[in-house]
Amino acid sequence: MALLSLKGVSKGYGEVGKRTEVLRNINLEIDKGELVAIVGYSGAGKTTLMSMMAGLIRADSGTLMFDGKPITKPGPERGVVFQNYSLLPWLTVYENVHLAVEQVFPTWSEDKKKEHCEKYIAMVSLSAARDKRPAQLSGGMRQRVSVARALAMEPMMLLMDEPFGALDALTRATLQDELAKISAAANTTMLLITNDVEEAMLLGDRIVPLGAGPNASLGPSFAIEAARPRVRKDLQHDPFFKQLRTNVVDYLLGTAKAARRKDTAVQVDAVTSALEPAR
Amino acid sequence: MTQLKRYGTSVIDYVVLPMVGIMGVVVLWWLASATFAPTLPNPIATWDASRLYIMEPFAKRGELDQGILRFTWYSLVRVAKGYTLGLAFGIPLGLFLGVSKTFQKAFDPIIQILRPVSPLAWLPLGLVLFQKPEPAGLFTIAMCSMWPTVLNTALGVRSIPQDYINVARVLQLSKLKMLTKVMVPSAMPYMFTGFRLSLGIAWLVIVASEMLTGAPGVGGFLWQEYNSLIYEHLILCIITIGLVGFLLDRMMSMVEARFRTG
Repeated sequence: MALLSLKGVSKGYGEVGKRTEVLRNINLEIDKGELVAIVGYSGAGKTTLMSMMAGLIRADSGTLMFDGKPITKPGPERGVVFQNYSLLPWLTVYENVHLAVEQVFPTWSEDKKKEHCEKYIAMVSLSAARDKRPAQLSGGMRQRVSVARALAMEPMMLLMDEPFGALDALTRATLQDELAKISAAANTTMLLITNDVEEAMLLGDRIVPLGAGPNASLGPSFAIEAARPRVRKDLQHDPFFKQLRTNVVDYLLGTAKAARRKDTAVQVDAVTSALEPAR
Repeated sequence: MTQLKRYGTSVIDYVVLPMVGIMGVVVLWWLASATFAPTLPNPIATWDASRLYIMEPFAKRGELDQGILRFTWYSLVRVAKGYTLGLAFGIPLGLFLGVSKTFQKAFDPIIQILRPVSPLAWLPLGLVLFQKPEPAGLFTIAMCSMWPTVLNTALGVRSIPQDYINVARVLQLSKLKMLTKVMVPSAMPYMFTGFRLSLGIAWLVIVASEMLTGAPGVGGFLWQEYNSLIYEHLILCIITIGLVGFLLDRMMSMVEARFRTG
């Protein structure tokens, strides 16, 4: 049975009448241990999708199940890494991680909590910055703290919303490699939401494209049957990756064209109905 | 050279120009007392009559005949008590208003009605409630000074970035942790703005409250000297009240700035 499953999930925003449907009929199953990458346009509803899986917002219709139970609110079994890090600026690196550990493992002794926090801070190589505040850290370091915080909760699944989107290319590459290592070592189920096909190919077990909005829905899965660790250079030259990229990008472009056509069709409808004489 | 120039500019900005302004007002004061307001003591007369109170600032010659800083001290202690009382009620009230829409809808109108009520109106009610001038004064200071703290705390809580709220929800922070680790630290800069405005009001109110209760302090002294027709001391009191208020505000804005950057 899938660890996470979404069936016929839809979500829209706004008042009745002026409502924009963001996501329509989303179906997705993620098995234990998988790393699934969802690739989509900016504004297609990626964050909305992740917020529903995290339990931060409720779907309008459809069912979201995690580990056999419906998702109604956030929980420690689903760790979240936000795009903008979302660290508490008045707490140090250690305190940010500790806050999470304290909530998830309240019965542990203080020594054990401390050891646990330090283990995860070391995992993202931030032991030297342990007592610094987020403002004193670079973007890449902040996102590492955010990853450490999520992992320290020992979640069954890690949800990542464009985790490296705000970073420069070099830092992004470094963090991608680190995440590949962590994912190989921890074997946690992960969902990576990104707008970067390369990133998805480098890290994912499969890619699921999210079509252009409004009314975005998920496309077919593209499995990535390539050995790990993957080499960044291969993404450019290996025929398998080249073909995969073409397939994913073509699919996304196709949905964008369809969305535009639909949009124009609606406009034409509006124009023709306006031209019709009043009865 | 440029260093010297910059130093010169700051001396002009922070010493020379303020002195010019002060001297200007003193000259106007002098002209006024020399021409159309003969009952107004001129600056020299004011200084002569006030010298004893300034040169022996902590002397105590009688209940209402004490050095100016001793009176100031009494007033400051009273303000500190009333202000603390105001914060003790104002902060929780502000937190509730910020957190709960229902609470805000229920209590915001009554707050807007109570907020503009003058200290001169609260004091008699305090006297009726407590039957003694001292607690009535504290009640008045608290009632008048708490509103900026209430409103700014509520605003601070409402302005917590959605990111932090999401984090708190994902980590499933308890109510207490949410308060101490997210809400209060995030609202802190707003709250300090409230604290500073509240302190300003508390100091404004002290004079009125001491005048009406006759308690020893700058306000009480001012009212007594008015009744004794020693107008020089009125001016001494006004200058003292202004200076102390200015210093309190400077002090609070320094604390506020520290929290802003921190």
